[in-house]
Amino acid sequence: MGEKLLMKGNEAIAEAAIRAGCKLFFGYPITPQTELAEYMAKQMPKRGGLSLQAESEIAAINMVLGTASTGARVITSSSSPGISLKSEGISYIIGSDLPCVIVNVQRGGPGLGGIQPAQSDYNQATKALGHGDGHAIVLAPNSVQEIATLVGEAFDLADIYRMPCMILADGALGQMMEPVDFEAKPAREIPEKDWACNGHGGKRVHNIVNSLYIEPEKLEEIVLERFERYKKLEENEVKYEEYLTEDADIVLVAYGITARIAKTAVRNARKKGIKAGLFRPITLYPYPKKELNELANSAKCFLSVEMNMGQMVNDIKIAIDCKKPVYHYGRTGGMIPSPEDILAKIEELTGGNA
Amino acid sequence: MISLKDLATEKVTVISGPYGSGKTNVAVNLAMDIAKSGQVCRIADLDIVNPYFRSADNAKMLESLGVQTMIPTFANTNVDIPALPPNYQLLFTGEGRSVADVGGDGDGAAVLGMSHDQYVEAGYKMYFVYNRYRYITSEPEGALEVLEAIKRASGLEFHGIINNSNLGEETNEKIILDAIPYAERLSEIAKLPLLLTTSPDWVELENTVTITDITKKLF
Repeated sequence: MGEKLLMKGNEAIAEAAIRAGCKLFFGYPITPQTELAEYMAKQMPKRGGLSLQAESEIAAINMVLGTASTGARVITSSSSPGISLKSEGISYIIGSDLPCVIVNVQRGGPGLGGIQPAQSDYNQATKALGHGDGHAIVLAPNSVQEIATLVGEAFDLADIYRMPCMILADGALGQMMEPVDFEAKPAREIPEKDWACNGHGGKRVHNIVNSLYIEPEKLEEIVLERFERYKKLEENEVKYEEYLTEDADIVLVAYGITARIAKTAVRNARKKGIKAGLFRPITLYPYPKKELNELANSAKCFLSVEMNMGQMVNDIKIAIDCKKPVYHYGRTGGMIPSPEDILAKIEELTGGNA
Repeated sequence: MISLKDLATEKVTVISGPYGSGKTNVAVNLAMDIAKSGQVCRIADLDIVNPYFRSADNAKMLESLGVQTMIPTFANTNVDIPALPPNYQLLFTGEGRSVADVGGDGDGAAVLGMSHDQYVEAGYKMYFVYNRYRYITSEPEGALEVLEAIKRASGLEFHGIINNSNLGEETNEKIILDAIPYAERLSEIAKLPLLLTTSPDWVELENTVTITDITKKLF
């Protein structure tokens, strides 16, 4: 254990990235993510790195595409509307099999929406961050402390699976301040980046990083290979946390900041004699399907709690093969559910005593 | 033993310091303390940087204690622009005492520089809130850099240091005691008196000023 210090979520993401050996940040300011960019601008030059405010989110993601091609660790960050702008570049990065970390500190949408916290980019993050067949790993920390470990893990996963990894946070997590300890994360073995365009020095054939394929047969082959990698990811890298689920009749499913609020609701439900539990996916892609499916054998129903209109509900239904009913409770547009609101929904669903 | 309200010796008390030092917590507690002593008091949310977690969060509670609140019209909405409260002038002309909660670095303190002459004419005291456990500004030397930046941007002088060293909900006796030598060191290099050390209401510690944690709770 190192020394604990108080940090904003946005600052902790930036600090954890620098500690993970990331020397390059390309971004563009947007509330509620801006402290991340500001932290990078202040710290990177002092620590042998580069922080660049691009002319737009589109420029920033294409700078990421370029630097990731050299094998360097690189990060970009934005909030919801800015992520939509990055979408084309992210697809190119996926299609080029490049590792990088992309941060979305979500705010209310659609459109320009608002600046208050939201989780309404769940579908975008987990289903279609860019066009084409492909995925990005999606990690959803629920505290400033978890940010400190998951950001390093994001870089490792991106390098190991050669794909972008998104940290899906929200405005509340980005702005709130909590004690954090940057203790060393267990080191993972990172494969040598023999694909990187970092100068062949006349000693090897030059590498090409590209997402354009002239022959459809070749493109199909590349996509199939990529999906074999996704399969390994789904088998080996699922992360989740369970709280009082063992004997739970009603299992709340929530991620990020909402999982903290849901946990309080679960605790209060237990005090009233209601057997409630919480299942918290930490990886949103790959989704913890198997573990949820097992819970569906004992639980009577599931309640998805999110700051959106129910975007995760279908993932839960698929995970549990529709064995049990799945309900939703959410606030949207920048509104945050309270533990009392969630408890009321639990009581409504269980009739007060499950 | 000094109490928070003893700091409000002039018309305007400016609470400033690095982000996350706990300025809003100190400012709100100070305003509550003044109001409880029977004086007319108002608090102005002059944070032009932070989009949320600000003194505007406590408006209802403050009003119920008789503290007038001066809050930018669009605080906690989706209007993402630096704005000041419409009744801003009351800060200098209102009856009794005024507390200004200022966003904390050179950029945040620009709001002070804008009204420099009015602070001087109305009479002010400005205090620097220090938190030993805040990243980057945890060392006295780092905190001093921010202190100097606020002085430059505001053109105002500091009159003392409030040691508000805390680790949020994990604050305990040891956390508070361990930080005191660092606050003393800041006092020495900044050439400003260390006026008081705070402790949250769940810690009982002699020679500290108890303050209530008023940060908005999400869970």
